[in-house]
Amino acid sequence: MGRYVARRLIQFIPVILGTLFLLHMLSTLTIQIVGDPVRALFGPNAPPQAIIEELQARYNLDDPCLEQTGNPCVGLFVDRIGQYASGDFGVNFRGRSVMEMFLERFPVTARLTVIALAFEIVVGITAGVLAGLKKDKLIDNLVRFTTVVLIAFPVFVFGSLALLLVGLKIGLPLRNSDWAPEWLGQMLNVGYDPDYPWLSLVLPGIVLGAFSLAAIARLTRTSLIENLRSDYVRTARAKGLGARDIVGVHTLRNSLIPVITYIGIDIGFLLGGSLVTEGIFNIPGVGQLVFLAIQANDAPVIIGVVTILTVVFLVSNLVVDILYAALDPRIRYD
Amino acid sequence: MTETMSAKSAGASEIADEGVNRSLWGDVRYELARKPLFWVSLMLVLVILTMAFFPQLWASESPNARGACDLANARGKPTWDHPFGYTTAGCDMWSSLVWGTGKSVILAILVTAGTTILGVLLGTAAGYYGGGTDTIISRITDIFFGLPFILGALVFLALFPERNVYTLTLVFVVFGWTSLTRVMRGSVIATKQKDFIDAARALGASDLFIIRKHVIANSIAPVIVLATIALGTYISAEATLTFLGVGYQRPAASWGLLVADGQTLALAGFWHLLVYPCAFIVTTVLAFILLGDVLRDALDPRNR
Amino acid sequence: MTDILSNGHHRAIRTPLDALAFDEDAPLLEVRDLQVEFHTRDGLAHAVNGVSFVLEAGETLGILGESGCGKSVTAQAIMGILDTPPAKIAGGEVRYRGVDLLSLDESVRRHVRANRIAMIFQDALSALNPVFTVGWQLGEPARKHSGASRADARRRAVELLDMVGIPAAKERVSDYPHQFSGGMRQRVMIAMALALEPDVIIADEPTTALDVTVQAQVMDLLAGLQKELQLGLVLITHDMGVVADVADKICVMYAGGAVEQANVYDIYEKPAHPYTKALLESIPRIDQKGQDLTVIKGLPPVLTDRPPGCSFNPRCQYARGNCAHDEPPLYDVPGGRKSACHYWEEVLGS
Repeated sequence: MGRYVARRLIQFIPVILGTLFLLHMLSTLTIQIVGDPVRALFGPNAPPQAIIEELQARYNLDDPCLEQTGNPCVGLFVDRIGQYASGDFGVNFRGRSVMEMFLERFPVTARLTVIALAFEIVVGITAGVLAGLKKDKLIDNLVRFTTVVLIAFPVFVFGSLALLLVGLKIGLPLRNSDWAPEWLGQMLNVGYDPDYPWLSLVLPGIVLGAFSLAAIARLTRTSLIENLRSDYVRTARAKGLGARDIVGVHTLRNSLIPVITYIGIDIGFLLGGSLVTEGIFNIPGVGQLVFLAIQANDAPVIIGVVTILTVVFLVSNLVVDILYAALDPRIRYD
Repeated sequence: MTETMSAKSAGASEIADEGVNRSLWGDVRYELARKPLFWVSLMLVLVILTMAFFPQLWASESPNARGACDLANARGKPTWDHPFGYTTAGCDMWSSLVWGTGKSVILAILVTAGTTILGVLLGTAAGYYGGGTDTIISRITDIFFGLPFILGALVFLALFPERNVYTLTLVFVVFGWTSLTRVMRGSVIATKQKDFIDAARALGASDLFIIRKHVIANSIAPVIVLATIALGTYISAEATLTFLGVGYQRPAASWGLLVADGQTLALAGFWHLLVYPCAFIVTTVLAFILLGDVLRDALDPRNR
Repeated sequence: MTDILSNGHHRAIRTPLDALAFDEDAPLLEVRDLQVEFHTRDGLAHAVNGVSFVLEAGETLGILGESGCGKSVTAQAIMGILDTPPAKIAGGEVRYRGVDLLSLDESVRRHVRANRIAMIFQDALSALNPVFTVGWQLGEPARKHSGASRADARRRAVELLDMVGIPAAKERVSDYPHQFSGGMRQRVMIAMALALEPDVIIADEPTTALDVTVQAQVMDLLAGLQKELQLGLVLITHDMGVVADVADKICVMYAGGAVEQANVYDIYEKPAHPYTKALLESIPRIDQKGQDLTVIKGLPPVLTDRPPGCSFNPRCQYARGNCAHDEPPLYDVPGGRKSACHYWEEVLGS
């Protein structure tokens, strides 16, 4: 196990450098083609050249290679990696550090993601196991149908409708009533309330996790059905084990291996989805930072935050990979 | 000598190939034809495609036509004549939605075509040749996988001052080709180990011939399934990015923009501004995902 | 053997087995007219069609047949681990010491498995769970059936590994199945079957997946353990060489039915069924070097579309007119043998 972790850590370095380089190269190429974002920010009423040049210098956009289309700007990339390593992910158009804004808002997004993950894992795996055990029965068809419909709902559609139907039509009367408990109304709130840092994130968390819930349920179902047909389950039956040991011990652990892999990918999806959810529910998290930056055309913030989120995604993927090895000995002895 | 050899093998393998494919696709047709869900999703997909390419069949007047929209009607609620009501710009909601279909669907078709071509070529190259080719393609795929789709697409679309179907397609293909490539690679590796590939090689068939005649035909099934489902998810992704403000721009008639318009106003009582565009998006995405799902079940021999 | 071993049958914990009236004078295992059907898209398939045999302690019965003849289904039906549906046991009896296992409730019957009747599977790599250590899997029956502690179960696992001749058992007990070689893995499989000291072992193609040299070692081990522990062994195989070496009697299956039963010496000396005869003639022999091998022409029938009459008749060189419509019963052949051929006398005499 120790050797496996060490090997994974060593492999991680080229992957993270490669991804950051890809991000750098594509953004450089875009700037080279469409012009730099400082000028785009001001549009036709451009300020004097000196101010533009000062801004360009501040945002790292003054490198001459940004004007040579096709140049990968390796020098600029090396500089940037140095800055990233020291925690500097640039500043916004008003001069605030992106890292500082990120850290300020990260706890809310982390809570939102945890709620979404917990919701999708618990409900998704339960639904998937029930469906897999009762293949082609009523519950299976119900789970399959619901999950297809859930997958067809883009996060922003689901979020907008949930806000309208649950947050407003159901939640508002609850919050205004005398009889309903406070927590119930807060759980179905239309937006974030700092007095209820967890409860008011429940509805947005469910919205955020709904898509992945469907994916996890389907994955669990398929892999459970497949493993129930496997030879080692037949062996377990030949050993005279009861149904609980056969499913709970021999099948479930094997079936959860692909689910764990999916959760690694899913963290990236949740980070993307949090932009939408936080925008809709007006949650002061990292996603909203990007949401607002898009509307303000603040490209350095978008690039900076997406870079940090990519690093977060890669690191959590690494953690998931190590967890995966803990569940599947075949991986760690390779 | 070599020529007669390969000519001979060509004849022999064609017969073998047809045998394999006919029974596989014959079974698939049998499985599909008796599934009501297949017919329902197929009908939906056909309706959506006609809306995308011939919107005039479904709504005679384009919302972009001169005089089609009247600000006096803005946010007008559904009436008997206009059961879908009016948009915030005072256009008829039904015709806006119908004429907006093409924007989403054509983009999704272009992206799917692009990613499928790239995925099949790169996946086949990596899976069939293995070795260095495989290492390079797989490592590049890994690196692209490190960048979540929505986040990656968002950065570049935000940098583009003008966004249209071509820039959107380009960005989507750049970030979308990886999953199809991975699936194709895996499928090709599985096919490559089959005996008929060895047989064809033993008969002296060239690599390119084997790839064209045997490998692709026998590895493509999972790619077709995934591509059908991906078509639905690209529609969903386009609407999401448009909603976030980095997709289609006003005054284009696009579903994502209509939801963005309706989202806040719905809370003020104009529910039709939100619910109808949402219904169009969900139905379209659902149609493609269902079709892909039914195809997957039919193609999976373990389900028989 | 040691103390831990002996808690196999004489354990303190009461299980549903204690309530069953096992008759120690009845045959160890008796299968009577077993019928198994499968419901498939192409219709009903009779995978096992009236198989009967008796097995006593210390005896080895070889069930011989080509793939698809129903021998594995027979084994799984005896164990009670058939997937139902699609399979269905349509009739017959499986008696262990006089008790009909088919009439038992699953909650009782599962205790018969492993405790009394255990099974060895063909492909040990897929039959062992990849995510648990070999020791954990070997100790599991003791923990679940005899209430052994984790430490006891582990000791038992080491003992079992020793018994099947795995070197350095103490260390290897914490390894995972994929870390063993094919032969060693099959030994682990055998050890697992012996975990609770059953009296019947059903081995389904135990050596088919192995290299020829390893096959012999594993077969020797199995035969040795069978003698030492006085087990009743049902050995399922398509390999006539394997049964010739270790079996006492043989049951030949074809298309779901038993076509010939006899002791091993008689069957090799003078087969009484055309199928057995054809099988024997298709074995390459050193003294017939240079001659053409005899092959059995044609294919076994599709089980959903069985021909009327004798199921071997389309491929049989002895077939006459009535073979195509009269299904032959199992005729008694002198010497306590049985043959499902109308013309067994002719086959025997040729």
